[in-house]
Amino acid sequence: MYAVNYHRASSVADAAKRGGGDAKYLSGGMTLLPAMKTRLAAPSDLVDLSRLEELRGVRISGRTVTIGAATTHYEVSTDAGLKSAFPLLCRFASLIGDPAVRYKGTIGGSIANNDPAADYPAALVALGATVVTDKREIAAEDFFTGLFETALDDGEIVTAVRFDIPEKAGWEKFRNPASRYAIVGVFVAKKGDGVRVAVTGAGDDGVFRSKEIEAALAKGLDQKALDGISVPSDGLMGDIHASPEYRANLIAVMAKRAVAQAAG
Amino acid sequence: MSDVVMTVNGRKVAASVEDRTLLVHFLRENLNLTGTHVGCDTSQCGACVVHVDGKAVKSCTMLAAQASGSTIVTIEGLAEGAELHPVQAAFREHHGLQCGFCTPGMIMAATDMIRRHPEGLDEKTVRHELEGNICRCTGYHNIVKAILAASKAMAAGGEAKAA
Ligand SMILES: Cc1cc2nc3c(=O)[nH]c(=O)nc-3n(C[C@H](O)[C@H](O)[C@H](O)COP(=O)(O)OP(=O)(O)OC[C@H]3O[C@@H](n4cnc5c(N)ncnc54)[C@H](O)[C@@H]3O)c2cc1C
Ligand code: FES
Ligand code: FES
Repeated sequence: MYAVNYHRASSVADAAKRGGGDAKYLSGGMTLLPAMKTRLAAPSDLVDLSRLEELRGVRISGRTVTIGAATTHYEVSTDAGLKSAFPLLCRFASLIGDPAVRYKGTIGGSIANNDPAADYPAALVALGATVVTDKREIAAEDFFTGLFETALDDGEIVTAVRFDIPEKAGWEKFRNPASRYAIVGVFVAKKGDGVRVAVTGAGDDGVFRSKEIEAALAKGLDQKALDGISVPSDGLMGDIHASPEYRANLIAVMAKRAVAQAAG
Repeated sequence: MSDVVMTVNGRKVAASVEDRTLLVHFLRENLNLTGTHVGCDTSQCGACVVHVDGKAVKSCTMLAAQASGSTIVTIEGLAEGAELHPVQAAFREHHGLQCGFCTPGMIMAATDMIRRHPEGLDEKTVRHELEGNICRCTGYHNIVKAILAASKAMAAGGEAKAA
């Protein structure tokens, strides 16, 4: 790791003053520190957000859930309110990485990083979530702009994520057995305004909505509507783990399982 | 440089370290607590797991500066004098190690796992929860056996909350 200056932010406002340029925010560090250790990232300064109470915790009011950016995957997976209001999200978070990663990794870090195989981007796009920053609010679909790219401006801080609990939802992830990241993950959510289906792990540009599967499910969450469905492989990733065609097929299979789960 | 202060295995320690110092290097090189190992570059193997404020985390993926103000327990802090912690005793009894390189991380992860599951553990849960700990020798079978046995022994002894 190259030399770096560490600062523990005292507030979001203090962090914003120190952020931007060659400085980087540090949340759980589960992505940034491995990148720094292998010298793939070399920020001049690290501004630690992880101890800021104003960025932590899950709040539920009516059907609306707000999760602070520095809330860990462990905290989401064990939150008592979520367990009764939206247990799927607890299970979802309990499938990210391993226990030690879940104790440190955060929702804000995950979405700011926008790894094309990360789990939260799929959940937020399918849920039609809103990303809240220290400057504005951004619809999840506009937030994730490409491979490791987001709509965040230089120095902008994600403070929270907000969404309404869907009527029904399901999540299935086909995991790389070594890294545990998704080779394909599909999040399906049904709300008053229809069904949304978001796919991670597969797209060349990161998370995307599957128009084909959404069209097939337009009348409701019926597994049979997906019988024989074919998902195009253009724009999908191919690597040593899976070809674009294999991923296309997995999207249909994972979507079916996610729908079965949501309907069941 | 950062001035760091933390409690490690019950002892208060203070030092001035480079900001880029990883917690694992601080433990091994500044404090000579070499039981905590480094097995990879990618935050995947779990040989470096220690407890920070009661949670089992990878000390290779945390800066010493981030841990300043925290309470740390390493493998060296688990036994009560000459008496092994029940998880250590179970690893010995059930032959849960061969070369021993992964063992400190396995044991620190296992004590945390047992604490999080006061209702008891089954084999499937143990295997799922061990995803962040890699062993090159044992094939995991005896590690899983040891953790299940320790979980039972600790529940019987009312020790599930300890460590
Ligand atoms: C072994 C292992 C397995 C993993 N498996 C999975 C998996 O299966 N699925 C998955 O989704 N993830 C997985 N992860 C990644 C994990 O979920 C990380 O927690 C996550 O990607 C990043 O979150 P973090 O809090 O650690 O962010 P950090 O590493 O601290 O930061 C990541 C990036 O986001 C920026 N950032 C952080 N917080 C903010 C903020 N509030 N505002 C603006 N920018 C910010 C940082 O500057 C940095 O660029 C895995 C990680 C490891 C080490
Ligand atoms: S050395 Fe920390 S996970 Fe491998
Ligand atoms: S006993 Fe050798 S790596 Fe596990």
